[in-house]
Amino acid sequence: MTPTKSPGKDGRPQVFAPVLDAAQNVILGKQREIRLAMSCLLAGGHLLIEDLPGLGKTTLAHTLARLLGLHFSRVQFTADLLPADITGVSIYDRGQGDFRFVPGPVFAQLLLADEINRATPKTQSALLEAMEEGQVSIEGETRSLPRPFFVIATQNPSHQIGTFPLPESQLDRFLMRLELGYPDAAAEKALLAGGGRRRDSELLTPLLTPADILRLQREVETLHVSPALIDYVHALIEASRQNPQFRHGLSPRGGIALLAAARAWAWLAGRDMVLPDDVQAVFVAVARHRLVSVQHGGMVGREAVDGLLTQVAIP
Amino acid sequence: MMPTRPSIERGVLPWLWLSALAATAPHAIDQAGWLNAFAATLLALVAWRWWRHAGPLPRWLPPLIALSGGTGIWLTFGTLFGREAGVALLVLFMAMKFLELRSKRDAMVIVALGNFLLLTHYFQNQDILTGLWLLFTFWLLTASLVRLHGGPDDWRANLRQAGMLAIQAVPFMIALFLLFPRIDGPLWGLPADAHAGRTGLSEDMAPGSIAQLARSDEIAFRVSFAGPIPPRARLYWRGPVLENFDGRRWLRHPRQAPVARVIAEGPGIAYESTLEANQQRWLMALDAPLAWPASARLDSRLSVVADKPLEARQRLRMQAALDYRFNVEEDPRTLAVNLALPAKTDPRTRRLAESWRNQAREPARIVALALRHFREEAFHYTLTPPLLGDNGIDQFLFETRRGFCEHYAAAFVVLMRAAGVPARVVTGYQGGEINPRDGYLTVRQSDAHAWAEVWLENRGWQRVDPTAAVSPLRIELGIAGALPPGEPLPPLLRLGSDWLRELRFGWEALNNAWNQQVLGYDTTRQRELLQRLGWPDADWRSLGLLLGGALSTLLALSAALILLRRPRPVPEIRLWHRALRRLRVDCAPGETPHMLLARLHEQSPHTAECLAPVVAAYIQARYGPPTKNTLADLRLAVDRLPRWRLL
Repeated sequence: MTPTKSPGKDGRPQVFAPVLDAAQNVILGKQREIRLAMSCLLAGGHLLIEDLPGLGKTTLAHTLARLLGLHFSRVQFTADLLPADITGVSIYDRGQGDFRFVPGPVFAQLLLADEINRATPKTQSALLEAMEEGQVSIEGETRSLPRPFFVIATQNPSHQIGTFPLPESQLDRFLMRLELGYPDAAAEKALLAGGGRRRDSELLTPLLTPADILRLQREVETLHVSPALIDYVHALIEASRQNPQFRHGLSPRGGIALLAAARAWAWLAGRDMVLPDDVQAVFVAVARHRLVSVQHGGMVGREAVDGLLTQVAIP
Repeated sequence: MMPTRPSIERGVLPWLWLSALAATAPHAIDQAGWLNAFAATLLALVAWRWWRHAGPLPRWLPPLIALSGGTGIWLTFGTLFGREAGVALLVLFMAMKFLELRSKRDAMVIVALGNFLLLTHYFQNQDILTGLWLLFTFWLLTASLVRLHGGPDDWRANLRQAGMLAIQAVPFMIALFLLFPRIDGPLWGLPADAHAGRTGLSEDMAPGSIAQLARSDEIAFRVSFAGPIPPRARLYWRGPVLENFDGRRWLRHPRQAPVARVIAEGPGIAYESTLEANQQRWLMALDAPLAWPASARLDSRLSVVADKPLEARQRLRMQAALDYRFNVEEDPRTLAVNLALPAKTDPRTRRLAESWRNQAREPARIVALALRHFREEAFHYTLTPPLLGDNGIDQFLFETRRGFCEHYAAAFVVLMRAAGVPARVVTGYQGGEINPRDGYLTVRQSDAHAWAEVWLENRGWQRVDPTAAVSPLRIELGIAGALPPGEPLPPLLRLGSDWLRELRFGWEALNNAWNQQVLGYDTTRQRELLQRLGWPDADWRSLGLLLGGALSTLLALSAALILLRRPRPVPEIRLWHRALRRLRVDCAPGETPHMLLARLHEQSPHTAECLAPVVAAYIQARYGPPTKNTLADLRLAVDRLPRWRLL
């Protein structure tokens, strides 16, 4: 499926190959998901991981933070979590006789928002605002978040009791949505033999710096996209709008997200251009959570999204 | 509840419903009341259920409705077949089909049924308005088809697309209309009563019968003259000639005398007359006929009679002479018939005639005396004369003195016969109205007229119109100009204001053009047209060839237009497709070149090996950064492919 890699002119694989390899050593049998998560980061987007507990969501976030040398913080979302618990508060410092701002966990480079659908919509929206703007407003003062700023939110499938499913408009803020799924037999046995994975991730050493990541993000943004590829992306968006199975098709923002993710994927593959293959590789992760089914009003099935890929001719 | 079969979109149904309504609605005019109510109820039910998102009907209900509808038709018409019952059945089917409308196939049946119903309206009516309505219905039906096959939700876009489709079909329609071989006579046999109830001249005349006719503004016939139109006072259109008088009614004499001998004393006037169907054989030729169609003959009383009653509108070419002599030598038996009077009726009339006879020996002078009598005594021209009892002619001449043309003609003929001059009543039409828009002369039922004919020695039969003596305006201006206000004239003739008249003239000219050019386009016209196009003596075989040729030319033209307007694929794609063709490889719509290569590696490694360089070059040319050589590289890679498959 993945096209053969040819070394890029600027030696991209040398930069990123160790990162991918190291991550794959910790999270076994999930190369594709790791690659997608990396693409999401390189495209400057946020990631939503949706799956049952115990499938390695948190480990993935940890591993990425360690390998990329990002300042990491984690918030466990609960029903009584308040917006200030994320953004931070000003407290009165008696020694200085003045208010002092204590930054919340959002002031990190990689924020893991665990079980985001357990918090109330008010708290959720505080985080989503930070994701969109790259800054938070607290007590009338606007504070910039560190860069890069990358949110990995996890979510249990929303039909569980006591959850607040994210509305469509907020799902749209996540560049990608991933499902990890169960590991295959070999990976699972290796996992059982090798002990806990979380411990492995703590032993990792950073391979990149935040500055490297900002530089690589800019590099990804300038990757060549031909008019033919734009045509293809447009054809896919258009097909999603014409499809009677979907309540409405992809938004222009969805289209931009698709192209950005495809760029990052192509860059990771070591190419100096984006191919339809790259669009197809990221399509389900980028598009599925943005499409609403006509029949039950929930997220569309994977087959319907895959169907678009097989139906739309590559121009 | 969701139906199990693949259902049609909800938005399709309003289209189908409107189409069905438009396709069946005109039949409501001439169908039985219960049938209209039945169909309307079914359609209303369908609309209501659609509105309420109702599920499918119980299984037993549609057969029950079908059975009751069929029974009703059988009870009404006594049959389920034939034209009337058949149309009724189709209308019912149309409404009932909605009850079992589930799949696309059902919707297609409704559209097909609607298109067939279009045809049935021509059984009833073939005028322009019907044509326009059917065109509109056809448009709706086409829009339904568009919507059914995934057309947009926007109704305007649907109508636009359907309109475009219909407009694209216009050249084909014209070619088929002009060139499809015509069959003489109607394509389907119309029953004999199809035109029953049409007014027209009858073959007898009683006081009041023509006055009755004059209240109708229906068109009897239209005439176009080859040359200038003669003055209207000279336009006498001859129908039945009545010679037998029973004291009240005038009837035709059954005996056929030897043929008429006409000597024209002026130039022949050529004209073309388009007669409305009237189930009669009188062709209303202009006096006196010199030439008439082959399917008619001239009878001994100078009337042109068709071989068959007129069952459809017919166009006839005829010729007439306004100045003529007719039967200067007449059969004595005919003269005797035209002198006969019932015994012991109308004594005062006889006495008056005898006094004239004593006064003037010469028949021509007697005629003049009679006309002077009508002119000088206080006679009154009116559509509403008082009723006459026994001795009606006496009563009219000496008491009421109010009458319409048939009163004057009858009284005059009785006076002449009593005075010993052979005379008879001629019925027909007089005058007509010239439509300035198209130059056609329109003769209506209100122009129906009766006049007299007297036989004078050495001069033959002479027309005498006593109405002209009483009311000269009737002959010069027509009935509307001759009658005083308050007479029960048809409203159409009363239209005084200029713009209304203009409107009427325009509408009638349009109708006439439709009748002449579209409905009247028959074998003869077709042959004439082809002759003008340089295709003499076209039989159906050459017509078929011509039609086939014209249609293929049109098809080729439209195909060329479509091909020319299609965007040409960019060279990279053409080369890529050439490579695929050469290797006989198919690429699925969503299959990327790399995926294709991966698939080929498993299916046919050799082909994959051949294709690999092409894939690399194609990707570079199509998706890579623009540089000069990529296209050349791709061409090179494609050219290097083996020309034929070795495996």
